[in-house]
Amino acid sequence: MRHLLSAADLSRGDAVLILDTAAELASVTDRSIKKLPTLRGRTVVNLFFEDSTRTRISFELAAKRLSADVINFAAKGSSVSKGESLKDTALTLEAMGADAVVIRHGASGAPHRLATSDWIQGSVINAGDGTHEHPTQALLDAFTLRHHLRDGSGDLAGLRVAIVGDILHSRVARSNVLLLQTLGADVTLVAPPTLMPLGVESWPCRFSYRIDEVLPDVDAVMMLRVQAERMQDAYFPSALEYSRLFGLDAARMAHLPEHAIVMHPGPMNRGMEISADVADSPRAVMVEQVANGVSVRMAVLYLLLGGRQEETS
Amino acid sequence: MEARARIVLDDADIGRAIRRIAHEIVEKARGSEDLLLLGIPTRGVALAHRIATAIDEIEGTHVPVGSLDITLYRDDLRLRPARALEETSIPAEGVDGRIVVLVDDVLFSGRTVRAALDALNDIGRPAAVRLAVLVDRGHRELPIRPDYVGKNLPTSLEEQVRVALIEVDGTDQVTIGEEAR
Repeated sequence: MRHLLSAADLSRGDAVLILDTAAELASVTDRSIKKLPTLRGRTVVNLFFEDSTRTRISFELAAKRLSADVINFAAKGSSVSKGESLKDTALTLEAMGADAVVIRHGASGAPHRLATSDWIQGSVINAGDGTHEHPTQALLDAFTLRHHLRDGSGDLAGLRVAIVGDILHSRVARSNVLLLQTLGADVTLVAPPTLMPLGVESWPCRFSYRIDEVLPDVDAVMMLRVQAERMQDAYFPSALEYSRLFGLDAARMAHLPEHAIVMHPGPMNRGMEISADVADSPRAVMVEQVANGVSVRMAVLYLLLGGRQEETS
Repeated sequence: MEARARIVLDDADIGRAIRRIAHEIVEKARGSEDLLLLGIPTRGVALAHRIATAIDEIEGTHVPVGSLDITLYRDDLRLRPARALEETSIPAEGVDGRIVVLVDDVLFSGRTVRAALDALNDIGRPAAVRLAVLVDRGHRELPIRPDYVGKNLPTSLEEQVRVALIEVDGTDQVTIGEEAR
């Protein structure tokens, strides 16, 4: 494995290896010295063309815990806002000797372009591209599911997961469907018809337009943020209606099985897709998801950069 | 290759070596109160458990045992593709102020032990660190020496020493043979 571009590129074995590695690396957080020497002398560039706080910080912390040097490159206020192309930015980073580029870009496929061009030699890690994919989010979700609902090892065979919300624009949903299916879980997408992607029938999962029919039969429910900019595009009549029909409140949560957990990739809109009492309930594992994100990203950086770099084919 | 391998320690020899090492550890530490054994995966962990059991029988105490994976501290990481990590589990007692005995199956270049010392340094500050190995085959590349040795085994660099333990391999023996290459 040289790059991490899509959850679809991961076999079951690859995915379990990343999760197992993350489980070992998680213990570093409990030590007094939260640092490993493994990536000493390697340079990781966070190349963020879109705003992101938690993903960038998570990658930065993961790289620093492994002793890599980290450069944060935000498009705003950089040469990109002066009109520099992706290619020239990439060539600049290559000239500075980046061993890995963590890229977030508004255009689907930008990480793929970067990885398959000969602009840079290092590894490319997709940290979210357009409405396409966000593989490390899916990995941290799988890690969280495995920790809570399996005994923290192996795959997720037979686990039932509902993903609720704006599936159409969600890279988190796409990566999760692909990864969870690879790991043997059974995924159901829930959204209003206007927010369900065209051709969802061909995805390796089920789908439904009614959240109440799905909730009693799942082990975990993942709520997605409804992005404010979608409101103008009239995908649904009003925020209140969306919240009534698809939001998770305490009454709906009561229909979940006793052991089921509530997840959210963040940032949350309290009162919209998730009510405050659900977000603060002990079944909500959002804070853990953030912590697991660091472990999973450490695992990905270690597995991509820790050993001998595979030759460019 | 297997046919030319010669058995240098059988199960009874290994058992005797472990009991002697247990006695030596207790003698040097003047008891077992502050002891903590850390095995280096995979076979070092099995050996650490056996030595701890032997100490418990001698002293009637309970010596904590853990495992210390050194993969992330290796100096040859860049020479091969990234490898899977083994388990690290530090007993709840912690290493601070304790006499930590590192346990491994074979002592060769000393690089594994160097990595283990670095790993230990990030976990805490033991009162002392000692090293127990089942086989010392020589050819050190670093200034490291063991405190407790099951068997000193002079070897040539071409020879391969293999330790098999019941917990991992289903049988107890140490063999020496020509390199498989």
